[in-house]
Amino acid sequence: MAKRVTGPEIERLIQLLARIPGLGPRSARRAALHLIKKKEPLLAPLADALAVARDKVGVCSRCGNVDTADPCAVCADPQRDQSVIIVVEDVADLWALERAGAMNVAYHVLGGTLSPLDGVGPDDLNIAGLVERVAAGGIVEIVLAVNATVEGQTTAHYITDRLAGMDVKITRLAHGVPVGGELDYLDEGTLSAALRARTNF
Amino acid sequence: MPDKVAIGRLSLTDFRNYSELTLRFAGKHVVFTGNNGAGKTNLLEAISLLSPGRGMRRITYSEAAREGSTGGFTLFAEVEGMAGPATIGTTAGDEAEGGQRRVRINGAAARTNEALLDHVRITWLTPAMDGLFTGPAGDRRRFLDRMVLAVDPGHGRRVADYEKAMRGRNRLLSEGRFDRAWLEGIEAQLAELAVAIAVARQDFVRLLTILLERAPGEAASRFPKAAIKLTGFMDDQQALAASDMETRFAASLAESRWRDEAAGRMLEGPHRQDLEVVHAEKSMPAAQSSTGEQKALLVGLVLAHARLVGDLTGAAPILLLDEIAAHLDPSRRATLFSIIDDLGGQAFMTGTDAALFSALEGRAQFLSVNAGTVTETVFDG
Ligand SMILES: Nc1ncnc2c1ncn2[C@@H]1O[C@H](COP(=O)(O)OP(=O)(O)OP(=O)(O)O)[C@@H](O)[C@H]1O
Ligand SMILES: [Mg+2]
Ligand SMILES: [Zn+2]
Repeated sequence: MAKRVTGPEIERLIQLLARIPGLGPRSARRAALHLIKKKEPLLAPLADALAVARDKVGVCSRCGNVDTADPCAVCADPQRDQSVIIVVEDVADLWALERAGAMNVAYHVLGGTLSPLDGVGPDDLNIAGLVERVAAGGIVEIVLAVNATVEGQTTAHYITDRLAGMDVKITRLAHGVPVGGELDYLDEGTLSAALRARTNF
Repeated sequence: MPDKVAIGRLSLTDFRNYSELTLRFAGKHVVFTGNNGAGKTNLLEAISLLSPGRGMRRITYSEAAREGSTGGFTLFAEVEGMAGPATIGTTAGDEAEGGQRRVRINGAAARTNEALLDHVRITWLTPAMDGLFTGPAGDRRRFLDRMVLAVDPGHGRRVADYEKAMRGRNRLLSEGRFDRAWLEGIEAQLAELAVAIAVARQDFVRLLTILLERAPGEAASRFPKAAIKLTGFMDDQQALAASDMETRFAASLAESRWRDEAAGRMLEGPHRQDLEVVHAEKSMPAAQSSTGEQKALLVGLVLAHARLVGDLTGAAPILLLDEIAAHLDPSRRATLFSIIDDLGGQAFMTGTDAALFSALEGRAQFLSVNAGTVTETVFDG
């Protein structure tokens, strides 16, 4: 049994930090120590930022993005072409595509993919919201930027079916996105190339 | 002549009956001898885990971690690989890893375990495969898919995706969720994967057939020629273009939802395919051939496959031959050894009796295994 060198408060801080993706127990320890040493310049403003985030962050009721405003900054942006919607599985994918900066358009976050084995069905995803947005009019193109996994492609197929008969063009990312490759892991060049060379579904 | 791929060093930590062991190989063939239960097969199994998948015993990883050890097992190897010298590390069996096997190549985490195929291709023959021709079709399919994987690294992923999609469809049907659009989405994926799998298997069978027919005279005289054929899926539609096969299969899946729901499984697809093997000369199905003939047919298949991998990749695969000498008479044994030599790859063999391998003296390194310790023996047979 290792001996405790800190009180329960610091232990708790370390445990919570260790739950952040990319931080293991070791780096969580290092981060905690760093925060404690930089109490005024770092720990205090971080604590404030976390408190504000907790109070204000929510999910955009239109597109499913996370932001402190609803509609979110992306939906409210008049500079964007709001007639094109890129459909993604996760907010992380939205951020990845924004980083690539290939298209200045709107998004729709599904919140996952259809997966019978995980008990995720159409009603568990934000698909109805997408159909509503298209039905409301003014949308000319839907870009399905789902992953090239079985679940991702099944979901793309399903959405295409739900949008059938509506006056909207449906495209998907060009092949060249590696099979099973998750968008979030792709570099910006690959992402923007895949968007530019999108094909009809 | 293909470049030689060989393992130079192998280290085992908490693997089966070994707590800590490092072996150095001289680049030649390796013969492990020792009593029953000494740990010979375990060493071959460790090497088999340098290729993707669950190794030659198809284990759940936790059972391979040494009894009484706390975590999982770790294997490490230095290889003269297809892409030059490389180090391969793999670890699994630790409860905390959740049944996954992690692979490191040249010190960096591999993105997928298939990356191992960039460095070594490994083929094996074990006594457990003796019943291959008489056993269930699933065993032959797995045998076939492993062989395909060694020449087509995308095949493993294809098969895994297909099986997952199929389980998803089964689940929807069994829950009575006849959601047309959702099922169609899954079936479109299934059709694409099914045809890709069938085509990859068919291409492979065609290539292997060419090599089986070209078997060198000496081998042909000692090991009966096998004729192989795929059956059980789209047998009469091989002439169709892949996209037509996909359309047909997707339509057939849509029609058979109720039937599959009633059966509790998918009744049609490449998961129902079988590899039919026939003793060519006698036109006799392998399943009805004698025990010795079956073994010889199997050896012939495995060796032809090894030659195919060598031809296609430029490097002969590493061969793991467990108890290989046991059922062969001396002249067949000698032929086998010379075929293995001609292949140009490194072979690892086991047997209880070193004398069975006397013909390999000078061409192989002899290691004697005794209750988890391994010592080099100077051949005295
Ligand atoms: N997880 C484990 N921990 C410890 N020992 C194990 C484990 N799994 C298997 N063993 C033991 O390893 C021993 C050696 O097995 P192995 O199959 O390698 O023997 P072998 O030398 O090939 O024998 P044979 O000639 O009978 O085939 C067996 O006695 C077995 O009980
Ligand atoms: Mg054995
Ligand atoms: Zn929004």
